[in-house]
Amino acid sequence: MAQVTLNHVRKTYPNGHEAVQPCSVEIPDGELVVLVGPSGCGKSTLLRMIAGLEDITEGELRIGADVVNDKDPADRNIAMVFQNYALYPHMTVAKNMGYGLKNRGASKAEIEAKVQEAARILNLGDYLDRRPSQLSGGQRQRVAMGRAIVRDPELFLFDEPLSNLDAKLRNQMRIEIRSLQQRLGVTAVYVTHDQVEAMTMADRIIVLNAGRIEQIGTPTEIYEHPASTFVAGFMGAPPMNLLRADIAGGRLQLSSQTLLPVPAPQLATDSVLVGFRPEDVRLGGDGSAVLEVQIIEELGAVRLLHGHLGDQPFSVSIGKDEHATVGAQIITLPQDRVHFFHPDRGTRI
Amino acid sequence: MADLTQAGAVARPLTRPRKRIRWNRIVDHAVLITGSLFMVFPVFMVLTTISFEDVDIVQKGLQIGLEGRMAENFHDAMFEASGFTKTITGTRMLMNSLILGFGFAIGKIVISMMAAYAIVYFRLRFATFAFWIIFTTLLLPLEVRILPSYEAIQSLGLANTYTGLIVPLIASATGTFFFRQFFRSIPEELVEAARIDGAGPVKFFIDILVPLSRTMIAAIFIIMFVYGWNQYLWPTLITTDEGMFTLVRGIKQIVQVLSQTGAKIPEYGKALALSMIAMIPPVLIVIFFQSWFVKGLTESDK
Repeated sequence: MAQVTLNHVRKTYPNGHEAVQPCSVEIPDGELVVLVGPSGCGKSTLLRMIAGLEDITEGELRIGADVVNDKDPADRNIAMVFQNYALYPHMTVAKNMGYGLKNRGASKAEIEAKVQEAARILNLGDYLDRRPSQLSGGQRQRVAMGRAIVRDPELFLFDEPLSNLDAKLRNQMRIEIRSLQQRLGVTAVYVTHDQVEAMTMADRIIVLNAGRIEQIGTPTEIYEHPASTFVAGFMGAPPMNLLRADIAGGRLQLSSQTLLPVPAPQLATDSVLVGFRPEDVRLGGDGSAVLEVQIIEELGAVRLLHGHLGDQPFSVSIGKDEHATVGAQIITLPQDRVHFFHPDRGTRI
Repeated sequence: MADLTQAGAVARPLTRPRKRIRWNRIVDHAVLITGSLFMVFPVFMVLTTISFEDVDIVQKGLQIGLEGRMAENFHDAMFEASGFTKTITGTRMLMNSLILGFGFAIGKIVISMMAAYAIVYFRLRFATFAFWIIFTTLLLPLEVRILPSYEAIQSLGLANTYTGLIVPLIASATGTFFFRQFFRSIPEELVEAARIDGAGPVKFFIDILVPLSRTMIAAIFIIMFVYGWNQYLWPTLITTDEGMFTLVRGIKQIVQVLSQTGAKIPEYGKALALSMIAMIPPVLIVIFFQSWFVKGLTESDK
């Protein structure tokens, strides 16, 4: 168990591409941190640098008290779970899990005991003599987990471990991984592009965009106070509505007809980006805001209305008991849950 | 094929009450049977000819039928010393051939696996260049560079040794190329998982790469063993000591030596018996490793 410290860690590839801009993070002992972002944002590179599979161009990485920049992956006392599981196809489940211990010179009895223990935790007892090819996707995932936990590592690294599973299994494994991590109390770094996984599993989320950290915070902080339009748009499904509004005499003008019912922030620019979460918007009201509904998406528990508000795309999420039809729909925008972003830089105001 | 047509027949039992003649299968089998006959018949003729007296063979050529000399000819072929110096027996030649076949196949696999391992998994300077250099040796088989090779082996004092017989044959790129392609198809994550599991380069090679390659190894072993076994030119050149003769070149020698002396009728029966014996090990190797090969393919490990 250890605290992980990244101090201005940076990755530049030989061709000059800067995959990860200098970033500093401190991950306290026992925390599960999720790195989330779109493809190519550098989240996997960052994880692989922590694992030691990728060189760190600049900066300092500590696991526990030691600087591990130049340590081999095997000497960092970490365990990693890969997206495609990376199980050794020619070894049985038991051998797969015990291989790391064997290489560290553990005795046969010790390996046997640890493997049995891991198999018990992960309900793999009946499969120890099978080959990976004889297991289902979920079972393979468990074996990969088992391989990680038998070694009692100081740090777990997960590289999109659930993306090869079907939706139902993914939800189940998500909970399993989370509860296992909490039970073992091991620090973990988890990479995903799925914002639902990020929200549900993380103690803290690190949102990355184009090799840069956009925001670090708890799921609630990230959701309630996104630091930029990127975070606002990335976290949450459907994403936050972002409207470009003109500031005219302390009021926010969306178009010639529509005024937003919220006071304008003090700002040097003459326009501003205003954000509303789709679920914060209510149906009905005094008619000051009219949504032109074009598409209704039925999701069972909620219903999504997609359309335009003053010529700008806008989505509203309503409960399953509320009724709406395609066409003009009067809505009420919230007065308190409003997010303002800088019109050019996209940063939160 | 067969299952499909049967399934169709079962699905429509009323419209097709009688079993249809499956022309497809008949044609398939006709082709296969003809082909097999073509292959097997000469061998069969050789086998029957062995049972004849040498005199009959010289006079009438290959024979079909059964005379009494079968066992005798095989016995002579295996155990009677012959050749110019009367020191070489069939068993000795068989052993030499086996040493050449196994030595060549195993040596080739070991060398080419290691070369491919270095090229694929290590960030070497000029690795690609090195690979293409190795690859160009495909254009230079032993037959092309036979004189310099002979010169080199001779001056190293390796003529009439197993080393001299085997090593120059090993130097070619086929195996390296196959293993390189295979290694490149192994997922990167497997290497990384092994690194995190604390497996160094040697452990990764022995614990992971070699077991994963076993179907490849079996396939290359078949090809290389037969290739080595059938070598004629190089053994003829490098082995002058009759004790080092391989089967493939020894057969010729028996017929030649005896006909040159002119005192006796060439021992064709014995030579034919030897050629039959020379066929057996490659066939056994193919049969044995084929089952491995198929097993490996159907398990789809990777």
